[in-house]
Amino acid sequence: MMNSTMRTQCKLKKGDRITGKWNANEYTVIKELGYGANGVVYLVESKNQPFALKLSDNGTSIISEMNTLKSFSKVHGSAIGPYFLEADDFQRQGSTLPFYVMEYIKGEGLLEFIEKKGADWIGVLMLQLLTSLVELHKHGWVFGDLKPENLIVSMPAYRVRCVDVGGTTAIGRAIKEFTEFFDRGYWGLGSRKADPSYDLFAVAMIMLNAAYPTRFSKKGEGYMQLKERIIQKQVLKPYRKILEKALLGKYISAEEMRQDLITILSQPSDQSISKTQKVQKTKPAQSTKQASRLQQKTRQKKKSHFMETFVLVAVISLLYALYMYDQLL
Amino acid sequence: MEAGTLRQILLITDGCSNQGEDPAAMAALAHERGITVNVIGVVENDVIDEKGIKEIENIALSGGGVSQIVYAQQLSQTVQMVTQKAMTQTIQGVINRELKHILGESKKLEDLPPDTRGEVMEVVDELGETSKLEVLVLVDTSASMKHKLPTVKDSLLDLSLSMNARIGENRFSVFVFPGKKKDVENLLEWTPELNALSKIFPKLTTGGITPTGPAIREALSYFNKKRSLRGLLSHDEQYYEDSM
Repeated sequence: MMNSTMRTQCKLKKGDRITGKWNANEYTVIKELGYGANGVVYLVESKNQPFALKLSDNGTSIISEMNTLKSFSKVHGSAIGPYFLEADDFQRQGSTLPFYVMEYIKGEGLLEFIEKKGADWIGVLMLQLLTSLVELHKHGWVFGDLKPENLIVSMPAYRVRCVDVGGTTAIGRAIKEFTEFFDRGYWGLGSRKADPSYDLFAVAMIMLNAAYPTRFSKKGEGYMQLKERIIQKQVLKPYRKILEKALLGKYISAEEMRQDLITILSQPSDQSISKTQKVQKTKPAQSTKQASRLQQKTRQKKKSHFMETFVLVAVISLLYALYMYDQLL
Repeated sequence: MEAGTLRQILLITDGCSNQGEDPAAMAALAHERGITVNVIGVVENDVIDEKGIKEIENIALSGGGVSQIVYAQQLSQTVQMVTQKAMTQTIQGVINRELKHILGESKKLEDLPPDTRGEVMEVVDELGETSKLEVLVLVDTSASMKHKLPTVKDSLLDLSLSMNARIGENRFSVFVFPGKKKDVENLLEWTPELNALSKIFPKLTTGGITPTGPAIREALSYFNKKRSLRGLLSHDEQYYEDSM
């Protein structure tokens, strides 16, 4: 919900310099990375190092975000989000625009990555995400707004990282930010109070999103609809059980779900995952067609059985008729 | 800092008022009494006219609240956002006044260094989580709102879901206007949950005039009754009164 004045105020072009009012560090704009509700994020350079810089004209919302990012950085050993560098004010044309600087995470969007590399990656990446969540939850935080748009697979070592931590909420509080498709409240499957299973629900929905890139909206009873959607996709078959458990909030901790996922991923792949998925990946429309063709075949088989019986009965009756005719004569 | 009670009127409408007092004046009156007035204009295929938009903005402006025009599909998210934004705004108003006491007349939150500002915002967030909240919802049920009412109902259920995830207590009350006999009709008494709406909403009849101004005035008196009753029980009531 960015208004036009903010866009023009925060509009910077390549080569523009941003200098902080308090710390006097200088950043050179390389390009715009994207914009959200609270501001514009730029790729910048300072002392030959790349950083991501978020600039906003709304002082307060960006500060809340900065607070979470800071506390996030305090979570040792959790590399899920970008690390926080500094916050400052940029004075431009008589107005003061607050900004903060963080690590620049280079990589590819989660769904684009899965689409390119294949569905085999879904399980592995989710396992990584769960490992990070275990750590985060242990420190009393819930991620909140978990969704593919906020997740990046970093290069060169493929690792799921998060680029927007604005939704991070202390356990026991009201979820700060959410997106309907990934929100258990929207699907009628739980509250918006931050607890570990809130994130685990979102993890399950991310997996559904990987199978349904265009998403879908709620129609009637939430759980039955989601369950059907899971069954309809071969890609999700190996994960059915854990998805259902996560959607119903039956996992109390990320560790529990992580263990179940490890068990599934450790099973020999010929059983289910890779083969069916390769078919799915290269010819996504084909699989359903194939299924229907198979159904047709069985139907045809049934029909031919029927025909056989019919012909047999007809021939026998004919013979009998001939015999009777012969006898009567 | 102790959490007080935040009082809001949430007006959901799709056009201009056409009877009674100027709604902006009534919103200003509400603001004077420490009640914030937020307005959401719901549009669908029928595009809202310039006059309607102006009125919606004016009501929120003089009511010290937030306004937003949305398509029906985005109503749920907007209702929540507007409520939360108005809460933060009110709390910030209070804190800004406190800061002025400490730092002097010309100082504002923006004049503090980022780290200190961060600490102040933590207090704002804390209060937003723990404050008591009273939201009186005023729903326009003139004829053009008819097919939007199911969406309005869903978004209100969603609002109670979001607000009830907070630590602080919530109380909601729902009014529709025009009412059957009067300008405004009470649909739901003060309650922490809005679930009862699922049964009441489908039975609503739409049609008639749009007395937005009188509806706000009537809603105010409802807060007043509430307050005088509650005033006997607690003393932290006036806390956020003259914010902003």
